[in-house]
Amino acid sequence: MASSAAASPASGEPPILPALLLLRTSDASLAAALRQRFRVLDSFASGQPIPAFLAAAAAATDPPRAAVVVAGGVVRVDAAFLDAVPSLRCVVNTGTGVDHVDLHECARRGVAVANSGTVYSVDVADHAVGMLIDLLRRVSAAERFVRRGLWPVQGDYPLGSKLGGKRVGIIGLGSIGSLIAKRLQAFGCVIYYNSRRPKDSVSYKYFPNVLDLASESDVLIVACALNKETRHIINKDVLESLGKDGIIINIGRGANIDEPELIKALKEGRIAGAGLDVFENEPKVPAELQSMNNVVLTPHIAVFTWESKSDMCDNTIANLQAFFSGKPLLTPVLP
Amino acid sequence: MESLGVLLLHPMDAYLEQELARRCRLLRFCWDAPPDRRDAFLRAHAGSVRAVVTGGVAGAGAALIDALPRLEIVACFSVGFDRVDLARCRERGVRVTNTPGVLTDDVADLAVGLAIAVLRRIPQADGYVRAGQWKAKGDFTLTTRFSGKRVGIIGLGRIGLAIARRVEAFGCPVSYYQRTKRDYPNYTFFPTVVELAATSDVLVVACSLNEQSRRIVSREVIDALGPGGVLVNIGRGGHVDEPELVAALAEGRLGGAGLDVFEDEPEVPEALVALDNVVLAPHMGSGTRETRRAMADVVLGNLEAHVSGKPLLTPVV
Repeated sequence: MASSAAASPASGEPPILPALLLLRTSDASLAAALRQRFRVLDSFASGQPIPAFLAAAAAATDPPRAAVVVAGGVVRVDAAFLDAVPSLRCVVNTGTGVDHVDLHECARRGVAVANSGTVYSVDVADHAVGMLIDLLRRVSAAERFVRRGLWPVQGDYPLGSKLGGKRVGIIGLGSIGSLIAKRLQAFGCVIYYNSRRPKDSVSYKYFPNVLDLASESDVLIVACALNKETRHIINKDVLESLGKDGIIINIGRGANIDEPELIKALKEGRIAGAGLDVFENEPKVPAELQSMNNVVLTPHIAVFTWESKSDMCDNTIANLQAFFSGKPLLTPVLP
Repeated sequence: MESLGVLLLHPMDAYLEQELARRCRLLRFCWDAPPDRRDAFLRAHAGSVRAVVTGGVAGAGAALIDALPRLEIVACFSVGFDRVDLARCRERGVRVTNTPGVLTDDVADLAVGLAIAVLRRIPQADGYVRAGQWKAKGDFTLTTRFSGKRVGIIGLGRIGLAIARRVEAFGCPVSYYQRTKRDYPNYTFFPTVVELAATSDVLVVACSLNEQSRRIVSREVIDALGPGGVLVNIGRGGHVDEPELVAALAEGRLGGAGLDVFEDEPEVPEALVALDNVVLAPHMGSGTRETRRAMADVVLGNLEAHVSGKPLLTPVV
């Protein structure tokens, strides 16, 4: 059912902005941007526990038809949530992952769901490439060496390994994986991939399973979503198959890798190194990793640039505007 | 070339040294000894040294060349030869070779790696995690996107072009400065380095060091690059006015820098080590096992060619 973006007011009065739930962030900048176009019911600013906040919103004269759900928050968009605010017809997520959203329940009730689409993909791809260069060429490790004053004392830093010619196996050739592939090709890497189905639009060699991909790759990059099939997709067998000169880069989710097995493999020299932006129990990073010289550890920052934050805000608003004008969402997620 | 007396100026590569020992008459210079011992060594062996193998930073100055009356060839284990006294070599009829081409990819890879490392603060983020700050203090700072940044390259030679091709894959518009404009449809030419710096987010030094390019990154260039700009130097420390650079970085007049080379290697200014908007590397642009091996083979190949009277593989003089 179509609805205008702002109800027509009597002349001289400001437009009535549509009500919008915002759950749940302390970052004021997103709320401020949304307030220019919507009447924002800010869960964090309300100070109320979420059930009370939802009940108050639902009981108001103009209950919200849309909600913005911020990634990394504690909100689950499930049957109970949707029951609490029956006026909701649209949920826009600021992140890519929607494992906190019951997509089937939303579909059953005709609630449209959007995510961040590809706004983060470029920055994640750049971070993955940066980590790979860092590992092969020892950028962070050599930096520590220089900062500790060891260059005049110990002479040149030990040699790294050339990027060109390395066989890079990408697990998940979605938007992020594709951008990584395009970048690494410019460095002379050979691209292989695994995904649920081969992609006709690319000429990279496809491997139907990760074990075979690992055995023919020098580098494995985890660029897939986390779900039942991809939990511990990097396991002991895959690590064994990758081999002692192999490198793993994880810009997916910590649970894509069997972390204790990875640590063992690194300690025992059964793989050569790892670049990890995500961990199984963030922000806890196992102490054994923190003292290794052949790993690069970053605190889940692959998405966090000023530009992607701004793009996310624009994407969120664009999806909401589409919804309130009766148009299809720009970055819908279907079950 | 078993009779070729080769003076290896300093240790530089195990494979190179092993091959020189096997195939030539290798003499290892007492690089770390005090000046009088070094002079005595040269006097003692002056009669037998026909070739010098040296590195990019050590070079071969007039004093060394003059001390070796039988010198025929200086083979550099580097692409840079700014520290070799070419004029003296020409006067004496001494050939000079370097190692271009084989290290182009590695140096370009590191240049891009340093740019991403600076903009995305990867070494700093890694240090944050290792110091336990993620648990203690929470999220790291926001950084700025690398893709799409305007990249300005000083010197579009082999290495400069290799950098251009890589950053194009990130959607970075490429501009350049060099002495002569060439016909690159995708790259914008600027007639001065200041203009290049003024329109770049990342300025990369990729030219050779000579009289014209010494301190080409001056205070004026640094100011033009500005508080949002990043300098990447994979050329020579001598390309940059280092004290000006350090002051600009400390005062926030320059956004950041990724530096593989310094004016007085292996010394790195204390003031740089204190900053967290820089990434510092110990002159490792060609530092991979694969490339150093290839460089060694070029050095050996040049010596072989010289001894057999064949054209040198990669002559400079």
